[in-house]
Amino acid sequence: MVTLAELNSGKIPDWCPGCGDFGILNALKRAMMDTGLPHEKFYLVAGIGCSGKTPQWLNTYSIHTLHGRALPVATGAKLANTDLNVIVTGGDGDGYGIGAGHFLHAMRRNIDLTYVVFNNLVYGLTTGQTSPTSEKGFATKSTPFGVIEVPVNPLALAIASGATYVARGYAGDIVHLSKLIADGITHRGFALIDVLQPCVTFNHKNTYEWYQKTVYKLPETYNPADKMAAFQKSMEWGDSGIPIGVFYKESRPTYADELPQLSTPLVKQPIDNVDIDRLMQKMI
Amino acid sequence: MAGQADLDFSFKMGGEAGYGIAQSGMIFSKACTRMGLHVFVNNEYPSLIRGGHNTVQIRVRAKPVPGHTETVSMVLALNRKTMDDHEKEVLPGGVILYDADDVKDTKKERGDVSYCHIPLLALAKEAGGERIMRNTVGLGAAAAFCGLDVGIMNQLIKEGLGKKGEALADTNIRAAKLGYDFAAKNYDTKAFGWKLSGRAGEPPKMLITGNEAMAMGAIRAGCKFLAAYPMTPASAIMHYFAANERECSLVMKHVEDEIAGINMAIGAANAGVRAMISTSGGGFSLQTEGLGLAAMTETPVVMIEVQRPGPATGLPTRTEQADLHFVINAHQGEFPRLVVVPGDAEECFYLTAEAFNWAERFQLPVIVMSDKYLAESFFSHEKFDQSRVTVNRGWIVGEDWLKAHQPFKRYFSTENGVSPRVIPGTAYGIHREPSDERDELGSIDEDPQVRKVQVERRLRKFASVQKEVPAPALHGPAGADVTLVVWGSTKGPAIEALELLEKQGVRANVMQFVYMWPFPEAAEGLLREAKRLVLVEGNATGQLGRLIRQQTGIKIEEKILRYDGRPLSAEYIRGGFTSLKGGRA
Repeated sequence: MVTLAELNSGKIPDWCPGCGDFGILNALKRAMMDTGLPHEKFYLVAGIGCSGKTPQWLNTYSIHTLHGRALPVATGAKLANTDLNVIVTGGDGDGYGIGAGHFLHAMRRNIDLTYVVFNNLVYGLTTGQTSPTSEKGFATKSTPFGVIEVPVNPLALAIASGATYVARGYAGDIVHLSKLIADGITHRGFALIDVLQPCVTFNHKNTYEWYQKTVYKLPETYNPADKMAAFQKSMEWGDSGIPIGVFYKESRPTYADELPQLSTPLVKQPIDNVDIDRLMQKMI
Repeated sequence: MAGQADLDFSFKMGGEAGYGIAQSGMIFSKACTRMGLHVFVNNEYPSLIRGGHNTVQIRVRAKPVPGHTETVSMVLALNRKTMDDHEKEVLPGGVILYDADDVKDTKKERGDVSYCHIPLLALAKEAGGERIMRNTVGLGAAAAFCGLDVGIMNQLIKEGLGKKGEALADTNIRAAKLGYDFAAKNYDTKAFGWKLSGRAGEPPKMLITGNEAMAMGAIRAGCKFLAAYPMTPASAIMHYFAANERECSLVMKHVEDEIAGINMAIGAANAGVRAMISTSGGGFSLQTEGLGLAAMTETPVVMIEVQRPGPATGLPTRTEQADLHFVINAHQGEFPRLVVVPGDAEECFYLTAEAFNWAERFQLPVIVMSDKYLAESFFSHEKFDQSRVTVNRGWIVGEDWLKAHQPFKRYFSTENGVSPRVIPGTAYGIHREPSDERDELGSIDEDPQVRKVQVERRLRKFASVQKEVPAPALHGPAGADVTLVVWGSTKGPAIEALELLEKQGVRANVMQFVYMWPFPEAAEGLLREAKRLVLVEGNATGQLGRLIRQQTGIKIEEKILRYDGRPLSAEYIRGGFTSLKGGRA
């Protein structure tokens, strides 16, 4: 069990005033508190970008990695010590662009991680270029005549790739988002929480006002065990409405569950005197 | 011929991929080691799965074998190309075993060599086998000439094929016997000048590749995590880890790409286990990014880089030593790393094990380099001495220490540059590790003074390592007239070349660079003491020579270089020496 005071690193976030990241940070803190898990067992792994700085504002074990590489670092840490609750933060460029390959494979593995993606549909820290989730036609410094590609659909990709907990939250609804993250942390397996995050500086289309009008919660009657329904829901986007909530959830053994040698976490196995005599004998 | 003590027998088998040459080579080689003899086995093959031209060459001696020779005493030609390409390598008095029904119209240009037809295919069929069993018939015929212990050979066939069924093993044993009997009946095998005889009382020997020795060293050192992507000639390391994953309780993760590989290893090491990657130059190229992350977060990882000829795809299955400067300089910025290069299987084992101690004691990436010739050749060696491998995990602090040292300063400045490390999950040790520059607490900080302190602290680690790295190894007589300067797999061929040079009246020794970076401080004195330096390297530009000049100002003018994708040999070095200006001493 960790308190809000214990989670504060004492550093003041250097995000732009009004940035959607503040909402996500608050939801993340609340989720960590709500899980009741011990403070020192949280291990945060961050990519690069505005979102990558999140661990700096939190007092937990953390490693800040390279652009797009947070998921493999997190995978290695989790396999080394399955007792850690590994939470990964990154942005849309980090996870769905430069790190897209790792994203896909981490989900196939159903590695027990919680991946919170700060999805603002634009590159922020590099001062406003197109991102993999930018809408077609979106004009940026790198696409002054509008984006030509269609955007990546992270939820559909996640459902198709074997993620076992696929959710979307909104940075403007902290209570709802913190529940999605807390459930993602306690979920055994790969949990994606894609978070709609307004960028007040570089994205003047997908703003708080726009999200307030378009975002709606999946109804109580929605069944997240229905994979085909989840695919269908994941395709909804635009002025007519954007669903948030848990799109898909299933129970499947995690990658570590399938490795009998992890019944004791690797980090706890003694290494002072590993006897290799049998290995050598086999070579004779 | 010479007596048993001077025995030097080389046997080359050649044929297309898929002919079972590698397996026959293993049986022959292991039979020799079980007879108490020493062997060295190297193979040459192109980058394909079926067809092409593959050879296995087994060199047998009564004393340790440092490398291969350019000549052989016996050839088993399973195809025409083997005959055409390797006829010239056979020593006078040697034999070429071939199937005249298969390998037709050959020139048979050598008057001093016996061409012995063995009906390999007919006898394989007579034994109840197929074309694939011709190699076993050949093995039997070879045994008849050189005196390989047939009982041991049959036992090895059983061990090798037993898993696939007793019947298959029996068929192969029959095939080998038919080959043996045919040779013994039709040729004067007794006159063959190279005879293997068992050496009772010899300690049992392993037959082990450089790759396997590295993997074994890592396991002995307590490495629990390997992340790798298949790439010749490094793949056998991942195979070895995977095969022993459960027995040794470790994880081998076959990753989506080498970028994931290095980052997973960093994650595992950061979480507190000994972790490594294994790859070749192409994979290492992708991992240069992660190398810097390991250095910046001061996460101890071990990276094995097995060289092959580049650039790009290059010669995927051949050998070269051309990545030295790349490995020493990879990644942007200035930071400490350690680069070490073993020269044989024994060094592969001990130096890889020790790499984990270096990595953890100084919290930096350690790169262990190898090359195809070292990685995939088999060495015969007694069991390694486990007591020579100790585990030193460096400065890892626990709860009690942490309670007394709050707040925990992960990156605080020390004299030798090494800061206290904590295993995540430990109470009172919570801290942040950014890839940005940071203060001693781990908070991102761009203050010029903070930057200066951290850069200098990291470089002090480099200086601390430099004080400890051993001097280059010297082999052969002290004060020799000529010193061959080598690194990596060139060690064995260079040491053997000393004997050949001695016969030409040249008294030479070998200076083997093992620890390359930090450049060993003692090296300059040794180099300056030498009377005449000759650089011997498996690359086109003399990379070690450039490093020596960079670090000491000493320019080695005389060079013997090989860059045709094939390994250096004692004969090649002697030839190269003779061609040097004033090469004849």
